Amino acid sequence: MKQNQKNYTAFIGIAIMLAAVILLENISAIIPGLPQVFSPTSPLFTVLKKAAVYSLVAVSMNLLNGFTGLFSLGQAGFMLLGAYTYAILMVPSAQKDQVYYLFGGCAFDFSILDMFEGIFGSSGAGYVISLILSCLIALILAGAVAAFFAYLIGIPVLRLKSDYLAIATLGFAEILRAIFQWQKLGKVTNGANMIKGFPTFSSFNITGPSGQVILRLSTFVPFLISTVCIFIIVLLINSSYGRAFKSIRDDEIAAEAMGISLFKHKMLSFVISSFFAGVGGALFAMYVANAQAKAFTSVMTYEILLIVVIGGIGSVSGSVIATFLYVACSEWWLRFLDSEQYIGGFKLPLLRNGFRMVIFSVVIMVIVLFFSQGIMGENEISISGLMKKLPGKKERKQ
Amino acid sequence: MGNALHLENVTMQFGGVVSVNNLTLDVPENKIIALIGPNGAGKTTAFNCITGVYQPTNGLIEFMGKPMVRNYPRGKAEKTYKGENAKTYSNDPVISPTPDQITGLGIARTFQNIRLWKSMSVFDNVLIAKHQHAKQNVFSAIFRGNLAEEKRMRDETMELLVEQGLDEYKDELAVSLPYGLQRRLEIARALATNPKLLLLDEPAAGMNPQETNELTDFVRQIREKYDLTVFLIEHHMDLVMNISDYIYVIDFGSEIAQGVPEEIQNNQRVIEAYLGVAEEEE
Repeated sequence: MKQNQKNYTAFIGIAIMLAAVILLENISAIIPGLPQVFSPTSPLFTVLKKAAVYSLVAVSMNLLNGFTGLFSLGQAGFMLLGAYTYAILMVPSAQKDQVYYLFGGCAFDFSILDMFEGIFGSSGAGYVISLILSCLIALILAGAVAAFFAYLIGIPVLRLKSDYLAIATLGFAEILRAIFQWQKLGKVTNGANMIKGFPTFSSFNITGPSGQVILRLSTFVPFLISTVCIFIIVLLINSSYGRAFKSIRDDEIAAEAMGISLFKHKMLSFVISSFFAGVGGALFAMYVANAQAKAFTSVMTYEILLIVVIGGIGSVSGSVIATFLYVACSEWWLRFLDSEQYIGGFKLPLLRNGFRMVIFSVVIMVIVLFFSQGIMGENEISISGLMKKLPGKKERKQ
Repeated sequence: MGNALHLENVTMQFGGVVSVNNLTLDVPENKIIALIGPNGAGKTTAFNCITGVYQPTNGLIEFMGKPMVRNYPRGKAEKTYKGENAKTYSNDPVISPTPDQITGLGIARTFQNIRLWKSMSVFDNVLIAKHQHAKQNVFSAIFRGNLAEEKRMRDETMELLVEQGLDEYKDELAVSLPYGLQRRLEIARALATNPKLLLLDEPAAGMNPQETNELTDFVRQIREKYDLTVFLIEHHMDLVMNISDYIYVIDFGSEIAQGVPEEIQNNQRVIEAYLGVAEEEE
């Protein structure tokens, strides 16, 4: 009974959050004359979209690193697989020749979007239905491809421990990146060039007959997808399998002696984590409106690892909070450091292009030094926990 | 009554060191059998062979009359292992299950240095041991398709904790318990896997005499209650003599004596192994 009530409050909380995102996105259309921050082109929405995408990847990495104790650095590789799967499956056939012009067309002349448009029609409600369905299927396939490769690579690699596993997975991601840039595969991957022309987040904005936007949903969509995926990961973590993962993290020998198959459970965690990394990669492709292997470098993995560490290894809500802070700092709040600033007539010293990164690194060092457990440690934020702490300092439960 | 466990010519060799040498022993069902010996005699190694942590270099282990671990390597072994009844050549295929499979067959163990899951509560520690027998797959677990199964696991865990007198600590971290209770929790966790044979590796290590007495009663109780066979390694001679139906003594990996407690107490070789040989002065 108590459990059910908890679930309801969680659902209500999520629904309120999603509604708030829609409202925030459209607020400048409803109330004119608001500050520049709320206009659709403001960095606020860039940050929200990117953070929604990154938070899913961060949580998927946390499932592996924080909950199963497998130190893997292959996340960018699985994102790449997801991004390319989504892109290749979704570019409409009519655009393929144009996208692949360097290679004389695409070897893979099929588009899920076209398939559904063939069934439901390509205008009005038919287009909306085919867009939603094809997107959903392409996202699931993006995850499935990443999961399949995770399974294959997991067979040899999951026998390794700690640092060795990290090096092996990192190498795997780098190899993938090189293969996808290979000119000989150009008919499929478009070589080192980007694939574009597939539906992005802004394709979901509802437009009127003359092309003006009636209802913006381009921030809502990544939020919705990430929320659903993170919710599934949380369900997994709280299930019997999630407990088995944690027991492997705490003590492998004891876990094995209590009848938990190490290989099976490590593989399960690896495959599920990669599935969601693949979905995250597809979302990332939608966010930047192109898929290009060059973007999925090991730096991206480190960024996500940093987010996981800052948020707290073994805390889902920590990862999500850290993602929003990290993305906001790197994309928005610290941007002013990159250009010359004046206070009155006084020109602030040191501020120039690239100075942002100096400050950013210092901030991260401070966080790692003074919050060595991350923002949340291993705790989770919960509504009941917040309620308890409300009169005083509001923070974490337990 | 048959044997719960039967070891035949079990040898475990690490490079040139022979930790367990041609060990042959029987653990009859529903009895409490002890394995004793001085430090470094190879007792824990024998346990690790039984539970699948190591694959014995040579030998056969039967559980409930069925071969569970078998490794008689062809050819190579003839040079290596000696002893009149050493069986070193066989066409039988090698069987080497992993520790989790062996636990699944019904052998549960505790560890010499306690290995509880540190970041988890007492309740979760026991609950996880129920995972392997749960009727569920990963999808039904994620999407809560089988809530009845989860409830059954939780109820059984609670029942077990109440029986072991650990229910008042159920939400505390496992490592925050006092030492004696941690030992007890480890046994409770082992019982949660529904074992037929319980291996206890020095259950009384670090306990005071009163705790040791309690442990004696406790082991007897759970043997009755769960219809268990108990095979234990111990250094506390009081406990061993008090509790065991039969004792095996090993030194330097080889068996030096076996018998009921009274026989062992008066066995000259055992006394020598523990106290050293008195040198004759000329």
